[in-house]
Formats: sequence, structure tokens, C-alpha cells
Amino acid sequence: MTPDVLLADFAHARAGDKGNTLNVAVFAFERRHYAWLERHLSEDAVAARFGHRHPTRVTRYCLPQLTGINFVIEGALEGGVNQSATLDRHGKSLSYLLLGMCLPSPGD
Amino acid sequence: MLPSPRRVAHIGCGAGFAGDRPDAAIALVAALAERDGPRYLFFELLAERTLAEAQLRRLEDPDLGYATHLFAFLAPILRPCLTHGIPIITNGGAANPVAAARRLRRELESQGLEARIACVLGDDLGEALDDTADWLPADCPREEIVSCNVYIGAEAVTEALLGGADIVIGGRLADPSMAVGALRHAHGWAADDWQHLAVATAAGHLLECGTQVTGGYFADAGRKAIPDPAHLGCPIAEVGSDASLVVTKTAGSGGCVTEQTVKEQLLYEVHDPAAYLTPDVTLDVSRASLETVGPDRVAIHGIQGHPAPATLKGNLGLRGLWFGEAGISYAGPGAVERARLAMDILRQRLDDRLPALRPHFDLIGVASLFNDGSGEWLADRLQDDPAVEDVRLRLGIVDRDREAVELALQELETLYLNGPAGGGGVRRQLGESLRTRSFLIARERVTPFVTWP
Repeated sequence: MTPDVLLADFAHARAGDKGNTLNVAVFAFERRHYAWLERHLSEDAVAARFGHRHPTRVTRYCLPQLTGINFVIEGALEGGVNQSATLDRHGKSLSYLLLGMCLPSPGD
Repeated sequence: MLPSPRRVAHIGCGAGFAGDRPDAAIALVAALAERDGPRYLFFELLAERTLAEAQLRRLEDPDLGYATHLFAFLAPILRPCLTHGIPIITNGGAANPVAAARRLRRELESQGLEARIACVLGDDLGEALDDTADWLPADCPREEIVSCNVYIGAEAVTEALLGGADIVIGGRLADPSMAVGALRHAHGWAADDWQHLAVATAAGHLLECGTQVTGGYFADAGRKAIPDPAHLGCPIAEVGSDASLVVTKTAGSGGCVTEQTVKEQLLYEVHDPAAYLTPDVTLDVSRASLETVGPDRVAIHGIQGHPAPATLKGNLGLRGLWFGEAGISYAGPGAVERARLAMDILRQRLDDRLPALRPHFDLIGVASLFNDGSGEWLADRLQDDPAVEDVRLRLGIVDRDREAVELALQELETLYLNGPAGGGGVRRQLGESLRTRSFLIARERVTPFVTWP
């Protein structure tokens, strides 16, 4: 069995906020890994990764030409920039919560 | 008849947020001055919360209410921009563009300069909150509202530039609309030329966060390297009359423009990539593709435009909430266990004395940024028995009851004498936390206009 790999070694990401909604756009470094990314980063997988933030909805938009996927994660910012008691009220650091996922190796 | 020759307009962005580096635009203006064709400079200085904060400053002093550092950005570049005919556009007028224009007039005089200043107004609906304001969300008591601003588009910016403005100062101009206004002026694009306006909006969107497209907010050692990250260059968009779009940056500066930096910014704060709603156009980047066309030069193809939405988005700023934070640190042997004990003690004290509050606890060094209000993430990390010896207990509270928040922060401070051994470095802060609520309003009910103060 191939060991799992860290997503951050295969993709980069940036997070943005609007109110209590987070978006994280994640892009494969290599075009050949895009299909692997799309296969493993399902809406359910991302919802599970952010499970402790209890998102109300996760929507995925695939952008194969940019080798990327945009996730819109609603209700995940503990109230958003003006109502959250968290340290990172914008949730800007949460791109790395996604990049910290371990996935089955793409194999090449 | 020969087709009209292709023209290229150059747009630079000198700041991507109110706290950006004030000196970065100086090199940008020098770079723009060396280019041929229409050139523009814009400064994006607003965010959801900054406008509400600016309204509070205006309430205290009618001469304030513009972006706090507006003149740190403008003062050094007024002379070269006026000398080279580079119009300046900013939404840094925030809650009070007219006061910003007055101050600008004094600044120009002090430098021995003259300029034609335009203000773009009409975004502020604070005076329109009467009984006819049926677009107000239900749970927004009038007495708590401090600001009410609608994101307005490029139309009035273009009008100001056509009127000969050297400097255009607006309030809640939508971020990309500053670039759209410039490009409509440069290329004569019509207000319903969706395809061209989409390209202009993409240019504005890519530039509106300043260096976030030239290597800022990007570096990750070992994975994503950035040259000379201490001297990132401001971005420049080259937009042709044929709707070609290339993003580049100030020559000789640090940072880089690559397909990776452009991708991250293209999707920044975007939800549905096929329908990014702006006052000017519905931008569709779902079929966009990138091409490296030179060093630090990336072309964006496949941008599509659809008609602008029938409604505009507005933001209300509301008072009534307070945000308190306090922390205490533990280091050395058993640091995590002592911090954890401190958290348990504090939780019990707050449960006993201030049960209505919803305190948020982090252990910085173990779990903070990814943590959640109920502490699930922190509990999971603690189960792994983290091998760190320097942690900080952080308490965060947002509530309507200022006094209760103050008492809670005081409870954390009592851990000095009453908590586990070796706690140090208590800091606490408490401030008003303006909250925002967005709403939609029919486009016809908002009338942006230009004044010449």
C-alpha cells in the first residue's frame, strides 16, 4: 500500500472571506496531478476536514484549465470577521488547514 | 478604412489595503511614467469593517472619516503623477470623500501643486434610512446602524476622468471598479460592453490586493520561493483595446508574477467562478487560462462577461458588540499541562461568575488558528500529547455586555496569583467590535454622482 502524502507538497492554496463564508482555492503544482486532486478533494472530504467548524454547506467549483478547485465553505468562520472570537477572524490561515490533509499518493 | 491601431492602457495598484506599505507606490509611479499610452494609478483602501470604523471617526469629527493613512500613500506620488499625467483613483475617501478632498487641496498647496479633484459620491445611504428603506435587513435596529454603504461601479469614475480629473476620490467604490472606470476612459468601452468590462474587472480584481499578485501572501519555504520578498513590486495590468490582459509588476522590484501567483489571486474571495458579481458586470472566469509571455508577465485568456446584476450589494455597519482578548503564557517542563490547567480553572471561574458569556479558548502553540468555539480541534490536538514547551492560553470573547467581557478578561489576569506555576506575559485588550450585515438593493435606488470640490 502506498503511504499517504501531504497535500501541501502537491498543491498551493489561498483563502478568502466574505461574512461568515470562507473560500479556499487550491491548485495542483503540476498539471498531471489535477485529476488526482479532483478525485480526492470531494465536497464531503473538505466538509469533514472543516467538520469542527460545522460548515452549513460546502460547494466545489472545478477549474481544470487552472489546475484548481474553488471550495466555498459556508458558516465556517465562527461568525465572520466582526463577530468571531477567534484569533484569525478572517480565517486567512485556513488555506493551510486544507493543505494539511493527507491523501493517498498520486503515484508519480 | 484601416482598423484603429491597438492601444494598451497601463494600470498600477499602489496599495491593496488600508495598512499596506506607503512607500511601494513611489517606484510604481516611476515605472508607469516610463510607459507609453494611457496610464492610471489606483489605491484600494477599504474592507468590510474599515468603512464602518471610518464612519465612527466621521461622527466624532466631520473633518475625518477618510482612510487613516490616505495621505501617507498620496503625498509622495502627487507630484510625479501630475507631472506625467497619471490620474489617481482611490476609494480611500471612505466615509468622507469630501473631507479627504479638502485635506488633499491643502496637501497640494503645501507642495506648490494644482490639480483637478473629483469626488464620487452616492454610495452612502446613511441619510436614507427612513421608513421607505424596505431593503434593510430585519434584524438591524436603526439605533445600532453607524454606516450604510453600497458598492458602486465604474460609471462615475469614468465620468470624472472624462471631466478631466487628475485625482478621483470615492467612498465605497467596488475594488475592481476603479480599474474598470480607468479602462472605460482609456478605451471608450460602453457601460453594457460586458465582454470588455469583464476583462477590465478581471484586471482590477487581480490588482486590487496590491502585491498579493506579485508574490505577496504567497511564499512558503521549500515549496513556493519568492525572490527578494522584502521589496515586493506593485502590480501593473496592461489592458489592450482588443481586451488583451497581461499582469506584470514594477521593473527591478522584488517578488514575481507567475501563473501560480496569478491563479491564487484570480480566485481570491470568489465564490462561483462563473458568476463573480460586481456593480459593473458579472465576471466569468470559469474558462480562464493563463500563459507566461515573458519574465514576470502572465497573460489571462478566456475571460467572459455577462450582464451586471439587477441589484447592488450594500454593507451595514452596526454597533453593539464588544471584543475582548487576553492571554497568559507558559514555558518549560510541563508547559502544556500547566496551560491546560489554567484553561480549566478559567473556564470554571467564567462558568460560575459569567455564565451568559461564550468564551473561546486557544492554546497558542498547540491549537489556535484552526481552532473552533467549542474547542473540538484543540481537544484533538491535546490528545496527541504535543511536544512543545512554550504555549500561550488565549481567551477571546465577543458579547454585547462590555462590563461582563471586562470582568472575564480580569479573571484571566487573576491567573497571575491564582493560577498554575510560572505563568507570565498577561496582555489584555477590549474594544468595540463593529459588526456588518450585507444587503441587496435595486440598482435604480442608488445614484452615484461626481462633484468637483
